[in-house]
Amino acid sequence: MSDVTLPASLQGVEPVKSIRTPARLDYVYTAGRASSRFLHNVANKRLVGQRCPVCHKVYVPPRGSCPTDGVPTEEDVELAHTGTVTSFCVVNVAFMGTLMEIPYVGALILLDGSDIPIMHLIQEVPYDQVHSGMRVEAVWVPDDEIGPTLESIRHFRPNGEPDASFESYKDNA
Amino acid sequence: MSSTAGAPTGGDVLKAPNVIEYPFSRTTGPVIGAFMTGMREGIIVGIKGADGRVIVPPQEYDPVTAEELTEIVEVGDAGVVTTWCWVNEPLTDQPLDRPFAWAMIRLDGADTDLVHAVDTDGDQAVMATGMRVKARWLPARPADVDTEADGGTSAGSDDSGYRVGHILDIACFEPEGVPE
Repeated sequence: MSDVTLPASLQGVEPVKSIRTPARLDYVYTAGRASSRFLHNVANKRLVGQRCPVCHKVYVPPRGSCPTDGVPTEEDVELAHTGTVTSFCVVNVAFMGTLMEIPYVGALILLDGSDIPIMHLIQEVPYDQVHSGMRVEAVWVPDDEIGPTLESIRHFRPNGEPDASFESYKDNA
Repeated sequence: MSSTAGAPTGGDVLKAPNVIEYPFSRTTGPVIGAFMTGMREGIIVGIKGADGRVIVPPQEYDPVTAEELTEIVEVGDAGVVTTWCWVNEPLTDQPLDRPFAWAMIRLDGADTDLVHAVDTDGDQAVMATGMRVKARWLPARPADVDTEADGGTSAGSDDSGYRVGHILDIACFEPEGVPE
């Protein structure tokens, strides 16, 4: 591209080279019946998944149907507040809007009694000690702050048990 | 990207506000950059087309012959409304929070129209094709004010209230002859 020629009024001033063009999407999210029931249970400090009548897998959070078999899931299954780290990510990049200090660890956690992991934070352990198979437990926010949101669990932390065998979470590794 | 989820409300089926924001910025290149530099300096520039017409805002290539354009020229910051559309209920982040007009404005010295808002104190009867309007500029940024104080999430300018190099450095246009 050839150079542009500028009028006198723009010569010798610092040029603008970039502009901000933020985009914002303003939604109202409707959770639906299955997720709403799950979140109401969370507000009562309970983690309740649902079992597929065909493949018998327990989904958490339940979506009301089995994505593999395409049938409604109607059997509620109460889950433990402990689980196994199947996979994790050490976050080293601060992004806009985050409240976390870096580095921090996001992990997939297979709650005991379930067949699909949930995503949550691992805290109270140095980030470089988090590993697959690590046994963790939920740390809830104070009772007066608990509500129908997964943020009612502040984070997970190691619960001191020996690592789970790979066999126990291999389907989710 | 950031996303903000509000507190859920409702009975059996929960609902919650969910806002997703992308803090994009884009590089301008020398031609759009000159226009944005002009905004910050409080002047409006266009570019000479292959046939000598002045195109505002400036384009990098001639709309007819596609040849590169390079001659940035200054135009006036007042002009004539060629057509307009009344906005009864302004949306969030639009330039004005009361009823206003989006207008095509043929600036003095320009041969194309610039789209911008026209403020008539909410009075639609004031709007007319052919009326003269002039730019209402934000003030220049004082030398001692930090230019990077904003996190970059605001639509339009940077919310500092000063000109930064953005189309909304012109807050809006207003009927010419209105006392300051």
